[in-house]
Amino acid sequence: MTDATSQGGSRLTAADSRTKKRNASEKRFRAYGLAAIGTGLFFLVVLLTSIISNGSTAFMQTFIEVPVYLDPEALDPNGNRDPADISKVSTFGYNPLIQNAVFEQVQDKGIATDYEDAGDMRALISASAAAQLRDRVIANPDLIGETVDFQILASSRVDGYLKGRVSRDSITQDRNIDAGHLDLVDALREDGTVHKSFNFAFITGADASESRPEQAGLGVSMLGSLFMMLVVLFLALPIGVAASIYLEEFAPQNKFTDFIEVNISNLAAVPSIVFGILGLAAFIQFAHLPQSAPLVGGLTLTLMTLPTIVISTRASLKAVPPSIRDAALGVGASKMQSVFHHVLPLAMPGILTGTIIGLAQALGETAPLLLIGMVGYIATNYPEGVISGFMSPNSAMPAQIYEWAKRADPAYYERAWGGIIILLVFLLVMNVIAIILRRKFERRW
Amino acid sequence: MYDAPLRKTDVEANEIKISAKDVQVFYGDNHAIKDVSVELQDKTVTAFIGPSGCGKSTFLRCLNRMNDTIDVCRVEGLIALDGEDIYDKRVDPVQLRAKVGMVFQKPNPFPKSIYDNVAYGPRIHGLAKNKAELDDIVEKALRRGAIWNEVKDRLHAPGTGLSGGQQQRLCIARAVATEPEVLLMDEPCSALDPIATAQVEELIDELRTNYSVVIVTHSMQQAARVSQKTAFFHLGNLVEYGETSQIFTNPVDSRTESYITGRIG
Repeated sequence: MTDATSQGGSRLTAADSRTKKRNASEKRFRAYGLAAIGTGLFFLVVLLTSIISNGSTAFMQTFIEVPVYLDPEALDPNGNRDPADISKVSTFGYNPLIQNAVFEQVQDKGIATDYEDAGDMRALISASAAAQLRDRVIANPDLIGETVDFQILASSRVDGYLKGRVSRDSITQDRNIDAGHLDLVDALREDGTVHKSFNFAFITGADASESRPEQAGLGVSMLGSLFMMLVVLFLALPIGVAASIYLEEFAPQNKFTDFIEVNISNLAAVPSIVFGILGLAAFIQFAHLPQSAPLVGGLTLTLMTLPTIVISTRASLKAVPPSIRDAALGVGASKMQSVFHHVLPLAMPGILTGTIIGLAQALGETAPLLLIGMVGYIATNYPEGVISGFMSPNSAMPAQIYEWAKRADPAYYERAWGGIIILLVFLLVMNVIAIILRRKFERRW
Repeated sequence: MYDAPLRKTDVEANEIKISAKDVQVFYGDNHAIKDVSVELQDKTVTAFIGPSGCGKSTFLRCLNRMNDTIDVCRVEGLIALDGEDIYDKRVDPVQLRAKVGMVFQKPNPFPKSIYDNVAYGPRIHGLAKNKAELDDIVEKALRRGAIWNEVKDRLHAPGTGLSGGQQQRLCIARAVATEPEVLLMDEPCSALDPIATAQVEELIDELRTNYSVVIVTHSMQQAARVSQKTAFFHLGNLVEYGETSQIFTNPVDSRTESYITGRIG
């Protein structure tokens, strides 16, 4: 103080060395904070751009649109349009029709090509196209004998060529496709026969085998995730909330409850794969529930989510002011009435938020599913009903993404990223719901 | 030091409502209340005064067994309401609290409407057969709480939106809605401004016509104004109990005198 005045400046405006130091350190601290947030934001932007740039292409798919003549001699040799007979014709019966259709289109358009055989068109066409056409014919046998416009799924090489993943250089070693095919694609693309359009099958479809990435979709595993989340919601929420209410409001304070408390906190930190092993041992090996079933996945994820729900529920119960409990007891409410009429409604926003955060965590969990057989190529279609939805083998969204990411075909790479986009959209939606619910139920006291 | 009492309400009071004999309260190892014996009269305002931590609130909370909610708290001795031991094993504390209502230090209305705040007690005790009866009970309680005129047009507005003094009177209305016989008040005015305090004090005096009121207060003036009987607590002991006028003008114990003259506390 005396220093400042002796220097002749005002006592208030001239900062002494101590103040300067303090201000500098304060500024430094603020700079650290900004730097930390900036780094976080930078990586968030990097993450989002890489996810979107890598994954958005999965939402577009290449199709070849040509009229296909459904030859009655090949598809219905007996000529009676009996569905049983028609379904005896395998995809081998359809392949030549599709290849002919594409070949005729090439000739009709007068595109110069060295290929002289319709069979050479196979490289352009997805192995799944025949199955799709067959499904359509079986669903509507009257189409036989007619010429229908059909969106043929292009092979993943053609799709990759249109998306820039495949080039003439990259296919020199490829035995499935030649540079001549790419010339053909270029020509067909110019007249609109080959085009990209929105890929609904990616969102609604089932997983496909390793060699048919163009057909793979996330829809069935989405259902798997949905059934698992139903199990988690209907088990973890009531059990978790009941346990927290008991521990927080009713249980006596003693060594035993302390022990339980410590263990719940510890459980929240247990690696999820441990829960996977527990699920495998308890639900599959001991209880003999079916492997790979969303029911088992849901039960395992319930175990994993419970600590999260218990901790957040207890925190929000604790946050309800004790004066509210006193008020209820003071007018002669029983302990249970005071909890259910007053404390629980006030704690509801916190409980719901915790539950949804727990669900979102469970939705994105892969490791426990590894051990109960929900990761891998599970050849499955839509479950036939609710029971089969719970019991029949299925995968889950993150497990499906993991599965795609480890497959060899680079076409699966973009599927994995696309799957991540869908998963993130779900997580975003759940978080938004949590925020809306919290706003809606929040009451001040 | 001795303020003129309000004494607007004229009530004959002599019956013993609550009698406590050799009450001991322990918080774990802490002996909070030592050998307290006191007889509280019906239709009388009894004030508990004493320095902070002297055990007056603790003793008050024994009277409706609110201390049961504290795990480490242990009560010994006999407390009887109309001659019946309230710590008897067969007594349901919930039933007891319906008879012995309580108003707390901080106004604590439920985060519900004014109507629901008052109607809650009657609802859970099944005091009303239908909506009309419940409406009556609510109106009567709000009138007794001296707040009816202020809130009658907004019964369905949140109770938490009222001012502090109004909230406290709402809490009193809520407490009387269940038709208790005794009303315990734990420093009901400590969070209120002087005007709200005056309103609540007047209300307390009126409540004496129907209830036995026990009030814990830090303000000796308040004790002098509203109570007929005063009990002075010090370090867990009941030092002196008697007519308010006598305690404030002619205390027997030197500790009481020191406290009311401001030398200890």
